Amino acid sequence: MGDERVTPATSRGATIEFDHVSKRYAPATRGATAQGAVEDLTLTVPAGRICVLVGPSGCGKTTTLKMVNRLIEPSDGRILIDGQDIGSRDVTELRRSIGYVIQQTGLFPHQTIAQNVATVPRLLGWAEARQRSRTDELLALVGLEPGRYRERYPSQLSGGERQRVGVARALAADPPVMLMDEPFGAVDPIVRERLQNEFLRLQEGLAKTILFVTHDIDEAIKMGDLVVVMEQGGRIAQAGAPADLLAQPASEYVARFVGADRGLKRLSLYRVADVTLVEAPLARAGEARQDVRARAERTGDRHVLLVDALDRPLGWLDAFDLRSDGLLGEPDADPMSPLLDRRTTLKDATSLLLDEEVRSGIVVDRNGRVLGLLTLEAVMGFMRDDRSRDVPPDIADAVAEVLAHPAGAHDHGGDDTEPA
Amino acid sequence: MIEIRWDWIGEHLDDVADKTWQHLQLLVIPMLAGFLIALLLGVLALRRPGTVGPVTAITGLLYTIPSLAAFAVLRPIFGLSLATAIIPLTAYTLLILYVNTVAGLRSVPAEVNEAATAMGYSSASRFWRVQLPLAVPLIMAGVRVAAVTTIGLVTVASIIGGDRFGGLGQFITEGLQTSFDTKVYLGAVGSVMLAFIVDILLLGTQRLLTPWARARALST
Repeated sequence: MGDERVTPATSRGATIEFDHVSKRYAPATRGATAQGAVEDLTLTVPAGRICVLVGPSGCGKTTTLKMVNRLIEPSDGRILIDGQDIGSRDVTELRRSIGYVIQQTGLFPHQTIAQNVATVPRLLGWAEARQRSRTDELLALVGLEPGRYRERYPSQLSGGERQRVGVARALAADPPVMLMDEPFGAVDPIVRERLQNEFLRLQEGLAKTILFVTHDIDEAIKMGDLVVVMEQGGRIAQAGAPADLLAQPASEYVARFVGADRGLKRLSLYRVADVTLVEAPLARAGEARQDVRARAERTGDRHVLLVDALDRPLGWLDAFDLRSDGLLGEPDADPMSPLLDRRTTLKDATSLLLDEEVRSGIVVDRNGRVLGLLTLEAVMGFMRDDRSRDVPPDIADAVAEVLAHPAGAHDHGGDDTEPA
Repeated sequence: MIEIRWDWIGEHLDDVADKTWQHLQLLVIPMLAGFLIALLLGVLALRRPGTVGPVTAITGLLYTIPSLAAFAVLRPIFGLSLATAIIPLTAYTLLILYVNTVAGLRSVPAEVNEAATAMGYSSASRFWRVQLPLAVPLIMAGVRVAAVTTIGLVTVASIIGGDRFGGLGQFITEGLQTSFDTKVYLGAVGSVMLAFIVDILLLGTQRLLTPWARARALST
């Protein structure tokens, strides 16, 4: 997924609607809720968005996912893709129009990587040459050099590479809808993080409609445009944009599920660039010491940031201590505050400030020039105002729809709904 | 002291070729028939797992019938035709072929089956393109054991096959009856060599069919 050449998607995402969908299983013991059951689920996944279903095991999230490509048939209700009832479509034709990525990859061990990726194009009867060029394009797209990987077998790849092939295979026929069930669950945390980032970047170009299942709330917050927290029995506990879910959990259950550190998780949703920076009092190397001191006394800014001729920070200095005459130079500056990139998450930035025991960090642009200061106060102010932050209208509509169908919301707080 | 009459062998090369050819027929026909039956029963096992127990029991029962007894019982019915040999030989392949076919089909990981279905394979194309190819290593292991066993059993059939069937085994039987050592050794060594060559050929076939299995062996 390292390649920036994103194929212009010929088919954009399609809306997925769950209309009062239930799936009942015979419970293992009398009176118990059967594992994986889904009850009266009404939910719309807006076109081109990632909707994450998150919840403890057995909450019905995977059942919900598998009803979309009819690996499981609902007991009740309808599922529509772009307004069309999937129950009325030919099942193999439906499945060939839906990408499917699972944790164990499900790659075919007896086929080469190229054959695996070309699975759906082959089933659809594409010409050989078209299959081949599409395969190479997709391998490059997911960061696997076609020449090196085409003829290998899945057993010869690492877990992360196999997962990339799984994503390429799902994208092969450019389906408008993708189903992803814990797609990055089987790889180590470092690889998972990289795959998540690369997939998000891919999605920016592809704009598929993605239903994504995970039990990991951090992954849900990171990947989701819309996060749906599910609870035992296949009911929706809460649906919302990630920031809203963290800021205002609707129930004790959701609050426990998103975790006690939800404030910190919210910080991870934003970047330094989102916050209004504090202007830094600057002094340029080569300025007369007297001038700098006079200016500081006038403005009251005792601590001044010394920058070089290109506005790159050299360090802090105490302007009131500038006794002698002459010009300012680098030796006048004290050690630096931490330097922050505009793309750093607020969580990482705050962590760095706390680590270095300073109240502000210096934010620089790509060329190292000072843009301003990020202070803890500014971060707190930003988070306070965040509740009114804009939610995209399609996500807001989806959330409103869930709220309007409270069937999924009754019977909260059962003792058997301990988050996993 | 054993004395091999090479000159006799040299004069009877036609006979050796005929008997070898018949031996191969008595190998290939029962193997193909047994394989087809095992495959059909294997497909049935995928659809109705409940059949595995009874079918295994029946094929196991067939396997316990002494081969000589089976040939003897069938001779009055089919006479000295090849069917008298082919029917029991087929029955003996069933246990091994069936058990290995079922094991092979069941060795396909659940997520691979699910992925195939989810990507839009029909259940027939999934069977031919995914399940059967992945079952090949275990099926071929069964085929190799069954083939070598069958080659051995063909020689037993010669005891009641008279001059009609028994492949290279007929040399053994006739040699014993006439105390002609050369024939005995010709039959014995011939059938062992046949078994050896067939096994090598099957092993080669298996490798050709499963390049992916070797890729795994190399990478670990």
